[in-house]
Amino acid sequence: MSNGSFGPLLTVDDLRVTFPTRTGEVQAVRGVSFTLGKERLGIVGESGSGKSQTGRAIMGLTPGHAKITAKTLAFRGRDLLGMPARERRDLRGKQVAMILQDPKYSLNPVMPIGRQIVETLKTHEKISSSEAKKRALAMLEAVQIRDPERVFSLYPHEVSGGMGQRVMIAMMLICGPELLIADEPTSALDVTVQLEVLDILDKLVSERGMGLIFISHDLRLVSSFCDRVLVMYAGRVVEELASADLSKAQHPYTRGLLNCLPTIGSDRHPLPVLDRKPEWAL
Amino acid sequence: MTLPDTIVATRRRRRRGSSFAKAVLRFIVTAATTFLGLLAVTFFIGRVVPIDPALAIVGDRAPAHVVERVREQLGLNLPLYQQFWIYLKQAVTGDFGTSVLTTNPVMADIARVFPATIELATVGTIIGALIGVPLGVLAAVKRGSIADQIVRIIGLIGYSVPIFWLGLLSLLLFYARLNWVAYPGRIDIVYEYTFTPVTGFFLLDAIWQGQWEVVWDLFRHIILPGALLGYFSLAYISRMTRSFMLNELSQEYVVAARAKGLSETRIIWFHALRNAAVPLVTVIALSYAGLLEGSVLTETIFSWPGLGLYITNSLQNADMNAVLGGTIAIGVVFVSINLLSDLLYRTLDPRTRR
Amino acid sequence: MSHQSTSMGETLKPYSRAWLLSDRPTSRNQARLGRAYIIWRRFAENRLALIGLGIILALLVVAALADVLAPHNPVQGDLMNARLLPPGTPSYLLGTDDQGRDILSRLIHGSRLTLFVVVLVAVIAAPIGLIVGTVSGYAGGWVDAVLMRITDIFLAFPKLVLALALVAALGPGIENAILAIAVTSWPPYARIARAETLTFRNSEFISAVKLMGASPFRIVLRHVMPLCMSSLIVRVTLDMAGIILTAAGLGFLGLGAQPPLPEWGAMIASGRRFILDQWWVAAMPGFAILVVSLGFNLLGDGLRDALDPKEAGQ
Repeated sequence: MSNGSFGPLLTVDDLRVTFPTRTGEVQAVRGVSFTLGKERLGIVGESGSGKSQTGRAIMGLTPGHAKITAKTLAFRGRDLLGMPARERRDLRGKQVAMILQDPKYSLNPVMPIGRQIVETLKTHEKISSSEAKKRALAMLEAVQIRDPERVFSLYPHEVSGGMGQRVMIAMMLICGPELLIADEPTSALDVTVQLEVLDILDKLVSERGMGLIFISHDLRLVSSFCDRVLVMYAGRVVEELASADLSKAQHPYTRGLLNCLPTIGSDRHPLPVLDRKPEWAL
Repeated sequence: MTLPDTIVATRRRRRRGSSFAKAVLRFIVTAATTFLGLLAVTFFIGRVVPIDPALAIVGDRAPAHVVERVREQLGLNLPLYQQFWIYLKQAVTGDFGTSVLTTNPVMADIARVFPATIELATVGTIIGALIGVPLGVLAAVKRGSIADQIVRIIGLIGYSVPIFWLGLLSLLLFYARLNWVAYPGRIDIVYEYTFTPVTGFFLLDAIWQGQWEVVWDLFRHIILPGALLGYFSLAYISRMTRSFMLNELSQEYVVAARAKGLSETRIIWFHALRNAAVPLVTVIALSYAGLLEGSVLTETIFSWPGLGLYITNSLQNADMNAVLGGTIAIGVVFVSINLLSDLLYRTLDPRTRR
Repeated sequence: MSHQSTSMGETLKPYSRAWLLSDRPTSRNQARLGRAYIIWRRFAENRLALIGLGIILALLVVAALADVLAPHNPVQGDLMNARLLPPGTPSYLLGTDDQGRDILSRLIHGSRLTLFVVVLVAVIAAPIGLIVGTVSGYAGGWVDAVLMRITDIFLAFPKLVLALALVAALGPGIENAILAIAVTSWPPYARIARAETLTFRNSEFISAVKLMGASPFRIVLRHVMPLCMSSLIVRVTLDMAGIILTAAGLGFLGLGAQPPLPEWGAMIASGRRFILDQWWVAAMPGFAILVVSLGFNLLGDGLRDALDPKEAGQ
């Protein structure tokens, strides 16, 4: 799958995302740096920590009025911020893809599922309609949808949440991207369905050798799914560690997050409360 | 500005209820009560508000026995509810009495003039939608820009300008000074003898018969009043389009479409607009209904021989049967479009389709 | 430290900016003024809205001082020397009409009629809508169903056509035109009042008032109605333009104000005959209508945005 270029898939150095507001500028992401190879990186943080904005900045989906700066933001050595918008767009969906949180809102409600998948293909490849349909059906099968022909012609509201998220995955992976950003891909789903969807994602990521950025608020989920974890707080990375070393976390915020996880057989009283010290945000 | 309220009303009706049978039943009940209400109001206006309708017909110098006979003929000596019942029965069979002015049955007159109004309102709506939708999309996409402000001001002026005044000024400019368009009326006198309309929709008839000279003449007649009405529906359509598009463009599926690598053009015109189209159809249908009303004043200015001109002519001549008949005709079409747009909404939105 | 001085309240100079914006007002008056100040600031940020406010204030001043401002008699002209003079003629700034009357003076006096119409329509229609809507929303059940059905029927009517038919039956005249417009304008107000009522009908404070033994009549009158006012005011302001246009339309058809009253719509109608050669006779009053209804629309838009930031820009 790799096209011969070695080195990191993605390099992020000192990424900043700033939103102008009426009362002045608000920095959502304040100097995030990391590199990513063909591995699974988890980004964990509470809401407002800048984790989603980091993912969207890499995709180039930050709202127009925001300002993005970085010393380096490069995909396969190509500078993402400097490249023409057109080139960046071609990258999206073809080499870098993203899965959003809730299929109820992230699929176009008035367009049949099949057409939405085919649309990704047709945007990036010169392909006949019948060929595109065949590929889309195969992709639906790959995300373990049993009756692809039927689902192909359904509208998003006619499928369940878990099924919708599988469709989302199919739609985003059909062009075979090298990097996938999954932004809370299971948070909107029922617990039982979560595991199924994660399973499918897991399999596809290993089979296709993609790099994955998994954004979530759920530290345990991320650590079990990813090789490495970045912990974000107030727009910064406060700690970076391998999933195996989670117990050795140094930063008090990470420790606090860990302490919130219940363990069997221990006393849970009083419930621990997350400490947020203002100096962490400096 | 009745239109936005009607939308709120139809939306309110739309949200409740799920089963199809229920929806159909409610549709029938709504239609029936609304038409009944319509007739009740016109009955009230025609029979109760004037102090003595009989006097209005024969004049107050008529001898007492004549007045009495007319009263009996009109059924005015019966109790009100019986009068209303008779009125209802007549209305349902399309009997609105005879026009004093034309001496024809009002219903026949209406059937004769209505196509002209429909034709004008259709041209107006087409112009309004063809320009209004793109303007609204532009304003939403470039929110806060100069373009957005300009669209907003164009819309606000549309809401604020007296249509008959704009009509007069545009006639002055485009007909009298520039001579770009034909004089007021629907068709040149020359063609009135060579052209035999079949359906009453002159433009369609002329195209069908391949009389291109006539088509050109008809076009020169309809373009100015059509554009004028089009401006009014444009004001409303562009404003609503902008609001719907702003809503759609903030949805997550737009982010997903961008993540797929689609071009902005495709996202805006295909994905977002296709979603906005669902409520937009209602808006366009309502603006069409609104133009039927707007035609009353426009037709007066442009001597357009439609229902509006018929009503105003009858007004000048105190021809109450004709006025009320025309009011009911416009009301019925208005209500029907209103109700139909609700059904149309259901077929356009896959979430409510069965 | 600034926090402390705010909490103390009295250290702030009364009616200063900080006093108005204080988040801990010490009196009901301060809270009320503070809220008004915040709304005003949001309103004043909108340049178009300020223009609208300016137009309406100018209209009020012109109407109040019509006798002083008008250079000529609005109903009696100089038939001998001043027929159909073009704009810019000395002492006849906007020209004269076919009866030798100064158009500017007629416009100035006509502003009174315009105000008369919009104010009267609002005074008649808004309370009807308010009562129907609040009663319907608060009572619920079949009262609600029946009242809303009636409202829907009136909403389904084309406004202008209904007003036309009504005036035709009542007979032409400005009072009848006002009555007809009022009859056709109350339904939207009823809808808004009902929607507002429904949002707080089951809220705690209504239950509290109920527990204190207030009658439904008192609850609706003293507690529900005041809360519906702000959205109603916005809506009425936005409707003013429509009312002016309908009144002008009726006037144009000869059903509204009768000659020699200087009503703007009727003035256009009388200028229609001279449109080809003496365009100003019809053009001037139409322009006045456009400016005033634009003013009301801008003001209403601005008010809506200031009172309800959620909907701003939508």
